[in-house]
Amino acid sequence: MPRYFTKDHEWIEVEGDTATVGITDYAQSQLGDITFVELPDAGASVGKGDSASVVDSVKAASDVYAPVSGTVTEGNGALEEEPELVNSDAEGAGWLWRMTLSDSGELADLMDENAYKAFVAEL
Amino acid sequence: MVPQLRAESWLVSDLNDIPADEFEDSDVPAGPLLLPLDAWHRAKGGRMVDFAGYSMPVQYEGIMAEHLWTRTHAGLFDVSHMGQLYISGEGVEAALEAVLPIDLSTLPLGGVRYSLLLDETGGILDDLMVTRWATGFYLVVNGATKWDDIAHLREHLPDAVTINHLDESALLALQGPQVAEALAPLVEGEQPLSALSFMRGAAFKLGGVDAWISRSGYTGEDGFEISIPAESAAAVADLIAAQPQVRPIGLGARDSLRLEAGLPLYGHDMTAEMEPVEAGLAFGINKRRRTEGGFPGAERVIEALMEGPSRRRVGLAIEGRMAAREGAQVLVGETPVGIVTSGGFSPSLERPIAMAYVEAPHSAEGTRLFIDVRGRKLAATIVPMPFVPHRYHRKGAA
Repeated sequence: MPRYFTKDHEWIEVEGDTATVGITDYAQSQLGDITFVELPDAGASVGKGDSASVVDSVKAASDVYAPVSGTVTEGNGALEEEPELVNSDAEGAGWLWRMTLSDSGELADLMDENAYKAFVAEL
Repeated sequence: MVPQLRAESWLVSDLNDIPADEFEDSDVPAGPLLLPLDAWHRAKGGRMVDFAGYSMPVQYEGIMAEHLWTRTHAGLFDVSHMGQLYISGEGVEAALEAVLPIDLSTLPLGGVRYSLLLDETGGILDDLMVTRWATGFYLVVNGATKWDDIAHLREHLPDAVTINHLDESALLALQGPQVAEALAPLVEGEQPLSALSFMRGAAFKLGGVDAWISRSGYTGEDGFEISIPAESAAAVADLIAAQPQVRPIGLGARDSLRLEAGLPLYGHDMTAEMEPVEAGLAFGINKRRRTEGGFPGAERVIEALMEGPSRRRVGLAIEGRMAAREGAQVLVGETPVGIVTSGGFSPSLERPIAMAYVEAPHSAEGTRLFIDVRGRKLAATIVPMPFVPHRYHRKGAA
């Protein structure tokens, strides 16, 4: 399944016209200890670049933007009890929400894994 | 994600993909100043951010771990960005009493006292520590305000009084329940380190270096603050950090520790818009000065002492796990009654806590309120501060 990345450090893994979204391992390492995740509600409509979720760390609250437009189908309920999953497994069990895509053409604006790695290496 | 900072932008500016130089304070044209321990912090893995005009470590291994280590062992903080001043000269005692609401007649040699720099209307310009030395007074002021403080003091102190900015001194803080056992083997002095009780200081040799050590700090724990020559700072930091009880601690945990201890942060929980009584800092107005006055803003401060302030700084325990941060509105029903001035997740209590200014009629302990965080109304209760009990080494205590 293809996985794409944004310059704002989100990842999105696409399967057909649905996708899973999270923040990257780099992002969690920069945020530090995550204490709470505000998840979008199922059914919420999000536009590309909209703030869809907020990740609270000991440091600060940070927005997570929708990498593409679509409709949220599910938030990761496991994070309600264990927000630290985003620290321990940001690109796996620490996913934030699932969504349907309204325009898969928007994926063309995102980076693949190699491009994202190169992007992070420049930071 | 991340870049759109809601508060505390100094903590996360390193994440922003905008070049760092766009964030620099316009007062610091040449970029952040480097601390004497700059290379030491980087070698220890410190993540550096701009704060108070300096490049400073926000964390090493992580804020949560550093916070909890300090509460159980001993944490070493570099606070060399703070201003260290030595005030001396003929008539210095009366001159300082004219600018501070302090009673120096009751401050013994080596005694340390909390005080406040106030403007003519009683607004808080800074908070500071005043220590009596043999021939003058040693002041420690906040880093972000030190240049303004020095200008203010120069303007208001008479010419016979000299202000020395001890800008070739570093300042370390060692905080936590194991500080005494960590530091005692390293120091020599006319008296043992154990003779220092809370808010007392004395001169020692620390690894052969002249050090002024006071038993004080900003975490609520037992602790020492250690002033040493900047050129010896790395050697002294190495010596202290080599003790098994000690780990280096960054600004992030310094903030969460002081919040749990109920200690206000200048520029957030107290500003020139606030007077000491509403800020909960009436103890900084010494008894004799409450009747005699004669300090800047005395009229308004004494009135607030007599009449009670119209709002008060309170502690809030918040339900759930979502933190409320600076700027969030405090509500009774739908009616705004106050504003959060600092807040975050408490690592010790494992819940969000905050400080807020709340209108006096709604400021009693036990009052249930709501905090508006991004449109969500979080339930909160006013609780006494400190949130986590202080464990100072008070005189007469074991």
